[in-house]
Amino acid sequence: MPETSEHPGAPEDGRAAVEQPTLSRDQVAHLADLARIDLSDAELDHLAPQLSVILDSIASIQGVAGDDVPPTSHTLPLTNVFRDDVVRPGLTAEEALSGAPEVEQQRFKVPRILGEEQ
Amino acid sequence: MAAALDDGATTSVEITQAHLDRISEVDGAVHAFLQVDTEGALRDAAASDARRAAGSPAGPLDGVPIAVKDVVATRGLPTTCGSRILEGWVPPYDATVVARLRAAGLPILGKTNMDEFAMGSSTEHSAFGPTHNPWDLDRIPGGSGGGSAAAVAAYEAPLAIGTDTGGSIRQPGAVTGTVGVKPTYGGVSRYGLVSLANSFDQAGPVTRSVLDAALLHEVIGGHDPLDSTSIDQPVPALVEAARRGADGDLTGVRIGVVSELGGEGYQDGVLARFAESVELMTKAGAEVVEVSCPSFVHALATYYLILPAEASSNLARFDAMRYGLRVTPDGDPSAEDVMRATREAGFGDEVKRRIILGTFALSSGYYDAYYGQAQKVRTLVTRDFEAAFRLADVLVSPTAPTTAFKIGEKVDDPLAMYLNDLATIPANLSGVPGISIPSGLADEDGLPAGVQILAPAMADDRVYRVGAALEALLGQEWGGALLDRAPQLTGAGA
Amino acid sequence: MTDTLLSYDDALAQFDPALGLEVHVELNTETKMFCGCPTTFGAEPNTQTCPTCLGLPGSMPVVNAKGVESAIRIGLALNCEIAEWCRFARKNYFYPDMPKNFQTSQYDEPIAFNGFMDVEVNGETYRVGIERAHMEEDTGKSLHVGGSTGRIHGADYSLVDYNRAGIPLIEIVTKPVLGTGDKAPEVARAYVGQLRELLLGLGVSDVRMEQGSLRCDVNLSLAPKGSGTLGTRTETKNVNSLRSVERAARYEVQRHAAVLAGGGRVFQETRHWHEDTGVTTSGREKSDADDYRYFPEPDLVPVAPSREWVAELKTRLPEPPHEKRARLQQEWGFSELEMRDTLGAGALGLVEETIAAGTAPQAARKWWLGELARRANETETEIGALGVTPVDVARVQSLVDDGTLNDKLARQVFDGLLDREGTPDEIVAARGLAIVSDDGALSAAVDNAIAANPDVADKIRDGKVAAAGALIGAVMKEMRGQADANRVRELVLERLT
Repeated sequence: MPETSEHPGAPEDGRAAVEQPTLSRDQVAHLADLARIDLSDAELDHLAPQLSVILDSIASIQGVAGDDVPPTSHTLPLTNVFRDDVVRPGLTAEEALSGAPEVEQQRFKVPRILGEEQ
Repeated sequence: MAAALDDGATTSVEITQAHLDRISEVDGAVHAFLQVDTEGALRDAAASDARRAAGSPAGPLDGVPIAVKDVVATRGLPTTCGSRILEGWVPPYDATVVARLRAAGLPILGKTNMDEFAMGSSTEHSAFGPTHNPWDLDRIPGGSGGGSAAAVAAYEAPLAIGTDTGGSIRQPGAVTGTVGVKPTYGGVSRYGLVSLANSFDQAGPVTRSVLDAALLHEVIGGHDPLDSTSIDQPVPALVEAARRGADGDLTGVRIGVVSELGGEGYQDGVLARFAESVELMTKAGAEVVEVSCPSFVHALATYYLILPAEASSNLARFDAMRYGLRVTPDGDPSAEDVMRATREAGFGDEVKRRIILGTFALSSGYYDAYYGQAQKVRTLVTRDFEAAFRLADVLVSPTAPTTAFKIGEKVDDPLAMYLNDLATIPANLSGVPGISIPSGLADEDGLPAGVQILAPAMADDRVYRVGAALEALLGQEWGGALLDRAPQLTGAGA
Repeated sequence: MTDTLLSYDDALAQFDPALGLEVHVELNTETKMFCGCPTTFGAEPNTQTCPTCLGLPGSMPVVNAKGVESAIRIGLALNCEIAEWCRFARKNYFYPDMPKNFQTSQYDEPIAFNGFMDVEVNGETYRVGIERAHMEEDTGKSLHVGGSTGRIHGADYSLVDYNRAGIPLIEIVTKPVLGTGDKAPEVARAYVGQLRELLLGLGVSDVRMEQGSLRCDVNLSLAPKGSGTLGTRTETKNVNSLRSVERAARYEVQRHAAVLAGGGRVFQETRHWHEDTGVTTSGREKSDADDYRYFPEPDLVPVAPSREWVAELKTRLPEPPHEKRARLQQEWGFSELEMRDTLGAGALGLVEETIAAGTAPQAARKWWLGELARRANETETEIGALGVTPVDVARVQSLVDDGTLNDKLARQVFDGLLDREGTPDEIVAARGLAIVSDDGALSAAVDNAIAANPDVADKIRDGKVAAAGALIGAVMKEMRGQADANRVRELVLERLT
């Protein structure tokens, strides 16, 4: 079967259990890349072992709850919190742009964009 | 203070000016504030005096000045979250909490210091330098809301707003000898509160007495249509509960001592003060039972998976495109390059640690084992609370395992730092309300310790009733408030 | 770089195509999906924002009830199951036009799933399975400045407008569409066209491809003929007209086939369709950078549409397009071919409204397809955008019916309508188009015609009544077409027989 979607109904993106509570320097570099942080070499040297220690201490959580335990994403038993489709006053363009590092033509001026549009 | 305003003995302008003077005098040493709004506070104070003169105050706290943690958006007043990446950002809107403070007539003195994006337990992770504990300026005031707690402890503000994600109101309260309340999740609007971990964050009062906290809680609490997770039900009668508790009678109240929150890892002096509090409550008629919450031993790990995950996503918006810091590297940088350079320069170490940890916890291949598992353990923690609350009306424990430690002692030892929140985190995992009140001074260092009282979700009135009762009982023992025993701060350090 | 293509026939001789279509529909709600900002198209930049859709620190989303309702109605119209309980999720990736650097979307719990739509191509029906329809939000819009093309590549910098950020989108994803053979590109086009029609009928979107309120990605892979094992899939974006859907699918079939036939490997990648040149170009390769780190949106609570609500929305759905077409065809007495032409011209709704305004079906069809479709073609305008309304057409036909106009005059009325000269009656009056049946005016013209054509008159006198046509023509010419032809004939015959 071909994929027709990048997120089909039943995701199969390999989110399987992994019991490997250390983070290599390369892994940290990859994660920093995903998180768009330009870590220095010195930081990578420092962070990788530190994160491994933290991860080691929290990895204990694996296997604590069985398959019969439902996950909690929201502690409140709320559902269907909606608002009516009615316009509310927002910001003026001046307010919207008030924090912008650079403005041109009443738009946010940003450096050239490398990636493709999503 | 409100009473003095009511009977005309003083004015809001006088009170506000006195606090601004106090800030000028001692904040050089304490560094509780990142931003003081002298002009705005006095303007609002004058408006409050005019309302009182016209016989139409906006509420019981009209004219009482307040300090606000810098993680809460204030229109026209810089909001930095203790981070370089937001330095100089002036929000074009007010958080709901702030809008309610303004509507109730409380002049805002300024914005208080905090660990960067509320990540920390000592306020040392502020990009703008640490806050000092008024009891001992070499020590931390707790965190992340060390600025709010220190401001209140140092009499720089009579009231403050804090936020509590894993104990950031309660733990600073404990180590500064002040009162701090984390309301039921959904009890106080989060709209305008810069998110750390959305499913844990809750704003609440930081004060010097339980009654003040109740008065402030009633101002900021209640449903907000701008926050989808806000509870659409009336806030319980908190002031009434605090007044009722003040008689010190706890007859018929079942108090559960959580066996997992105490013992190993807790400082002797902290445990001694806690034991005394339990004894006082027993004498006042409470029935004390021991309860066990076995899953609480996993609470810390659960918290440190869910929080970084949510935070890594929340903090993605700080990318130099729309507001805040922009660092432009040499050459012909792309938007991507600018994002990376800005986030590298603008975030501190602890923030980077947690973003990377959270990115890991959510990433493909690890989600089920970490984030997914943590959400399940969260369910177990909630079940433990439910079971415990069948046996007891409230649960009690020491608020923090130790008194204030020295600045610098744990700053590069994340795990040691995380342990400060051992007792406070379970409440955030399940959304239940909690209060910390001073339990006395630890024998070994003479520094304040706190006792935490937790109640079931939506039963915030119980923490006020029991908290006010214990406060009254301890006050009788001490012959006054604990803060009266704090060393005098003078302008010398300023 | 130019792609090598295999001829379409050769490609189909060797491979079976599998299609997948992802359509993003912008809903026509008054406000955005998660905040109360207006959604007006074409407003001044950054005038329709608030802390929430700008992603300012501290802001929070609140779900638009109308957005959920529209999503459920779309799901129901596509024969989907509606989730009893579902959540929003964050799709995390960095992009300057996305204010929070995550898109609030849905992941493994879409609001609607497992449906289908029957698509007709030249009288054949293909069932297109619907994998899911989920709710999400749109991004801002970037203007690329500098460089030669105005495109993203080579630009010096970009200017971002967040008015569009947060507008509700429904993403509709098909299951793999197999077994369409050489019809794959046409099925793709017909699917999008009929989906558009369905959405229009639901009234949930403007569905204007040229304004981006309906956007389509075409996914394609090939299997060696009869093997059933599909190759690598490409995802072609920026396919923004019905014609392009068909062309892009056809192009990718030919390109994949050439690569595979040459022993090469198709890369899993995003490709971009270029309307002007009719080719796709490589975008970015899919990689582990596409780790979107989905997790449930903690600022929103679950959506749990009650079964009563869903049932009620179902009873209020408009008639499904294919049932409606079958019913109308029968009511109107149209042939298969007539019906297909009407559909193909995009004139079904116009004809329907014209008939509703009192015109006989064949007359309505005649004007829209015989006259107005041709004019739309000539001016490259959508038939619905000509400026002629069904009410206008109905009025013209009623003027024909009561003898005020004949067909030739009616065409002149349409000229006036296209030139925006007013209502049909105003145009008839202003242009003086009404038929003359007054005997006084006609008699003189008839006499003139007889005098000018004595030989024709003689033939008629000799009993060759058929020759009267020439005299009638002469009268019509003198009267500039405005004579009542029947009365002229009577007058001619009165005089000569």
